[in-house]
Amino acid sequence: MIGMPAELPLAPGLRDDAVAAPKRTVAGLRDRALSLLVLLAVWWIGARLAASPQLLPSPEQVLAVFLRLLRSGDLPFNIAITLARVAVAFGLAMVVGSVLGYLAGRSARFDAVIDPWLTVGLNLPVLVVIVLAYIWIGLNDLAAVLAVAIAKTPTVVVTIREGARAFDPQLDDLAIIYRLSRRRRLRRVALPQLAPYLAAAGRSGLSITWKIVLMVELLGRPNGVGFELNLQFQNFDVAGILAYGLSFAAIMLVVEATLLQPWERRANAWRCRA
Amino acid sequence: MPGAAVLDLRIREKRFTGARPLPVLRDVHFRAAPGEVVALLGRSGAGKSTLLRIALGLDRAFDGGVKLAHGRVGVVFQEPRLLPWLTVAENLRLVVTEGVPEPDIPALLAAVGLEDAASRRPGELSLGMARRAAVARALAVDPALLVLDEPFVSLDRRLASGLGALLTLRARRQRTLVLVAMHDVEHALAIADRILVLHGAPAGLAADFAVPARDDVAGVARVRGALLHRFAFLAAEEPGPGAAADPALASGGRA
Ligand SMILES: Nc1ncnc2c1ncn2[C@@H]1O[C@H](COP(=O)(O)OP(=O)(O)O)[C@@H](O)[C@H]1O
Ligand SMILES: [Mg+2]
Repeated sequence: MIGMPAELPLAPGLRDDAVAAPKRTVAGLRDRALSLLVLLAVWWIGARLAASPQLLPSPEQVLAVFLRLLRSGDLPFNIAITLARVAVAFGLAMVVGSVLGYLAGRSARFDAVIDPWLTVGLNLPVLVVIVLAYIWIGLNDLAAVLAVAIAKTPTVVVTIREGARAFDPQLDDLAIIYRLSRRRRLRRVALPQLAPYLAAAGRSGLSITWKIVLMVELLGRPNGVGFELNLQFQNFDVAGILAYGLSFAAIMLVVEATLLQPWERRANAWRCRA
Repeated sequence: MPGAAVLDLRIREKRFTGARPLPVLRDVHFRAAPGEVVALLGRSGAGKSTLLRIALGLDRAFDGGVKLAHGRVGVVFQEPRLLPWLTVAENLRLVVTEGVPEPDIPALLAAVGLEDAASRRPGELSLGMARRAAVARALAVDPALLVLDEPFVSLDRRLASGLGALLTLRARRQRTLVLVAMHDVEHALAIADRILVLHGAPAGLAADFAVPARDDVAGVARVRGALLHRFAFLAAEEPGPGAAADPALASGGRA
C-alpha cells in the first residue's frame, strides 16, 4: 500500500456487503431465487389458511390488483409523484448534509457550532418534524419535501463529517506546498477521500428517505404512494396495500442496485487495487 | 542577483507542545543560495524532519522566522505521498499550476527511470519506484527550492547514486537549491556543496562545512576527517552508495 499512509478506515456501512461482497455466483443466484419462491409459497399457503381473503389475499389476487392499478394509470402516477418527492428530498439532504458535514469535519469551530443542532436533529422524532412542517409551512409539497430533507440531513452530516475528519493530513501538506487551487484540492484531494462516505450516506440515505416520504404523504398529501396506502388502509384493502407497497419497494431496490451500489464500488475501487 | 539567498532560516527555538514540551531545536540559523546542494546530517531524532517542515512553511509554531525567495518549492517526504487514486502521470500533472505550460512528463519520468510507469497507480509501485515518482513530481514544478527528507533510504546503491547525481545536476543546471536530509556522510561528501550537522539536545547547528571540489581529494579527506572526529555517530552509519569505493560516482556528480 505505497502512497497511502495506512489503511484508511472504511466508511460506515461498507464493511459488510459493498467491499467484502461475496461473489454473485450462479449457486448464490439459485439460492436467492429459491428463497424467494419459498417466501411466495409461504404467502400462498398463509392466504389459503387465512380467515378471509381480505385479511391476506393470495399472490395472484395481489397481482390482479397490481395489473388493474397499472392499466388505470393510478399506480404509475402515484409512484412517479412519490419518486419525484424522494428525489428532491434526497438530493437536498445530500447536498446540504455534505457541505455541512465537510465544514464540520474540517473546522473544529464550525463543528462546535453545529453539534448541538445535530444532536437535536438526530433525536427529534421524524413525526414531529413532519407535523411541524405542515403546521408552519402549510399542507403542501414544499413542507413535505423540506420535512423529509430536514429529517434526513443530520445523518448525512454525521457520515460526511466522519469522512472529512479522516482526511489524510499528509495530503494537506502536499496541497499547501504545491499550491493546489481550491478547485483541484476539492476535486482531486478531498472528493476522492470523501467518496466512500458519500456513497455510504447516499445508500443508507435513499432507503430512509423513501420510507419517510411515504409517511409524509400519508399525513398530508392528496396523492403519492403514501396517500394511496392510507386510502387502501381505510378501505381495508390489503391487496391494494401490498400492490402499492411491494411495487414501490421493488423500484427503490432496483434504483439502489443499479445506481447507488455500482457507484459505491467505484468510489472504493482504488483501495482494492494493491 | 547572484548570492541572494533562496532560503533564510532562523530558528531560535522549536518545541512541540505536548506532555513533555522539551525544545527540539535551538539556534539554527543558516542561509542557502541558488544552485547549492546542502546536506543535512544528524542522528535519527535529531530534528531533521522538523527543520525541513519549518523551512517548507508547514510548521509555523516556532520562535524565529523563515524567508523563502519567490519561486516554487518541490518536496520529497520520507513517505512518497502520492495520491493513490491518480496515476503516476496524473500525480505529476496535479502539481503543475493551471494555465502554466505543462512540463514534459515522459521526460521527467524517464529521468527517474519510470518511463513505463506513467499510467500505473501508486498502489502498484514498489517503495523505491514511488519515491522516485515523488522526485519526478517535485521536479515537475521546476522548483527554486527542492527539499528531500531521507530520499536515499531503502533505495539500492545504484538507484541512490543515480538520484544523487540527478540532484547535483539539477542544482548546477537549473540553479535549484537542494536541501536534503540524510544519514550517510560519504554520500553527503559525494553530492553536497555544504554539509550541515544537527547535533545536541536540543539540537543546534553543530557544524557547517563547505565541501571542496571532488577532485580536491585532500580537501574532501580533511572535511571527512573533521566530521568523523567531531561526530562519532556519523561513522557508525552504514557505508552508503557514495562511498569512496565508487569513485566513478564521486566524480560523476560534479561533472
Ligand atoms: N509532532 C510531534 N510532536 C511531538 N514531538 C515530535 C513531533 N515530531 C517530532 N517530534 C520529536 O522531535 C524530535 C525530532 O524529530 P524529527 O524531526 O522527526 O527527527 P529526524 O527527522 O532527525 O529523525 C524527536 O525527538 C521527535 O520525537
Ligand atoms: Mg526524519
